[in-house]
Amino acid sequence: MIIGALLGEGWAAMRANRLRTSLTMLGMVFGVGAVIMMLAIGQGAQLMVNESIASMGSNLFIVLSGSTTAGGLRQGSGTVPTLTLDDAQAISELPEIASVAPTFSNTAQLIYAASNWSTLVSGTTPAFLDVREWTVISGEAFGDSDVRSATRVLLMGQTVVRNLFGDENPVGKMVRVKNSPFLVIGILAPKGQSLDGRDQDDTVFIPITTAQRQLFGTQFPGMVRFIMVKAKSAEVMDRAEQGINELLRTRHRIHEGQEDDFTVRNLTAVAQAAAGTTKAMATMLGAIASVSLLIGGIGIMNIMLVSVTERTREIGIRMAIGARQRDILLQFLFEAVMISLAGSLIGVVLGIASAYFFSRFNGALVVVTLSSVLLAFGVAVAVGVFFGFYPARKAANLKPIEALRFQ
Amino acid sequence: MKSPLISVSGLSKYYLENMPVLKDVTFNIERGEFVAIMGHSGSGKSTLMNILGCLDTATGGHYYLEGKDTAALNADELALLRNRLIGFVFQGFNLLPRSSILDNIGLPLLYAGKSKAERREKALFMLDRVGLAEFGERRPNQLSGGQQQRVAIARALVTTPKLILADEPTGNLDTQTGEDIMKIFQVLNEKHNITIILVTHEADIAAHARRLIRVVDGQIASDQAP
Repeated sequence: MIIGALLGEGWAAMRANRLRTSLTMLGMVFGVGAVIMMLAIGQGAQLMVNESIASMGSNLFIVLSGSTTAGGLRQGSGTVPTLTLDDAQAISELPEIASVAPTFSNTAQLIYAASNWSTLVSGTTPAFLDVREWTVISGEAFGDSDVRSATRVLLMGQTVVRNLFGDENPVGKMVRVKNSPFLVIGILAPKGQSLDGRDQDDTVFIPITTAQRQLFGTQFPGMVRFIMVKAKSAEVMDRAEQGINELLRTRHRIHEGQEDDFTVRNLTAVAQAAAGTTKAMATMLGAIASVSLLIGGIGIMNIMLVSVTERTREIGIRMAIGARQRDILLQFLFEAVMISLAGSLIGVVLGIASAYFFSRFNGALVVVTLSSVLLAFGVAVAVGVFFGFYPARKAANLKPIEALRFQ
Repeated sequence: MKSPLISVSGLSKYYLENMPVLKDVTFNIERGEFVAIMGHSGSGKSTLMNILGCLDTATGGHYYLEGKDTAALNADELALLRNRLIGFVFQGFNLLPRSSILDNIGLPLLYAGKSKAERREKALFMLDRVGLAEFGERRPNQLSGGQQQRVAIARALVTTPKLILADEPTGNLDTQTGEDIMKIFQVLNEKHNITIILVTHEADIAAHARRLIRVVDGQIASDQAP
């Protein structure tokens, strides 16, 4: 039979029972709409996690100093100042390591003119820009000479800029940190939220020596709170971790069987676990939504079976005047696919619209991709063919005389 | 020698064992004949008609249509025969209620694979021949019974078949309209040499035919001129 005629027959059948067709279509509308919306939410969440991971930097370790035990109470990582600038220097010489950023940080009050703001002040080395994959968008970064001579210069994150300076350009201005004057020499690019939801732009960076000697002071010269370490590639992460462990045990003279006074944590593994969780969640959302597609398909099958029974006599007439089995099969299959296609089209629009509203009212990131639309659409057509086939075959296999006699 | 259009030999049909609807029916019908098959309800005449129309299959015996053994054909080959060789006219008209008159008439051409333009052109021509040219866009239920039966005849003729099978074609019509329909069949038979097989239980309708086969209890009781 000719395609145009098949479309015409399908359209006529759909129009003949408008209410029934609409209700059947509704199953597909909600099925496809749900799949598209769920995929959009899932992909949005994945994108958000991936952005956070990218903002953290890749192939990262953090080396924390060990815990202290005071009167039987263990105090947690970082309470004993066991890591020093020399440790950082030694780690940076390992073959698997790209760069190292020792950090000495504390919170402090910043004052500019009439504004003031409390934020995290991190003393570090110029390598932190490389380790964290961060860039200076205005002004310049401090260099090794600043670290050597402990100058009072400061790199400012976006949130601090907004709170202290508003629309003013801070580069070249003086701010007071714990009452010491610092020169703002650069502004960092915005980074957004970290994986745990912290605002990564609410911070300033100064040379580590300045932090140690002038700002916060410490009874242990050269002490750092933690060391950020970037490995050369993802492949050498395991060897790098092992190398750092062995190096620090040797340097800290820790014997066999004795507990480490430091902790090496693989941040990339943590990030990958987060990404994996989000991906599993997205897949699960899609899977749950596709159940509604399945139910929509069963609705189509149900209605097509009713339709075949109702139109048995029509099928008999068509067969009497020369319709072959495949003519009848195609006619009913087309009808089923047309219903599911029409429903899917409306479902796509509805799904995109509801994803949009979800993001408007919930603030969540949603991503509708062409591939998810095509996927939902393709599955819908497949559902139409799959669930339309049995009723259509039932119609095609009727015996002409029995169909014709059917009352 | 050319084989007869229809050749039936030893034909039988059982729906249940030991309960034959047709038994050992044998006859030939040549091209151009006008045959009436008469019998009471339950005599088996409609079953015979359905087998002749390739809508039903016999349990035993042979049915050759244009020399072809219909028992050897599959469902699609039988559909092709119905489409090309046979035109049906039913008691209940059997038009598709949702389709327009023109679409109803053109439907057999659709299954013959003809284009929309050709279907429409031929349907219009046939509709004009049965005198209903102005009703093409109407639905069947907007026409009278006699008009619907004429549409059904137009549909049966649109593929230029060699054989028309009419099952009680006047059964749902008043006497005058029935006469008009029978006149159409006579013209088709005499002027266009189309073979017509008519099933009826009314003697005055059967009288239009040139040969009368009486069926009683599934067997041929007589075969003669009326």
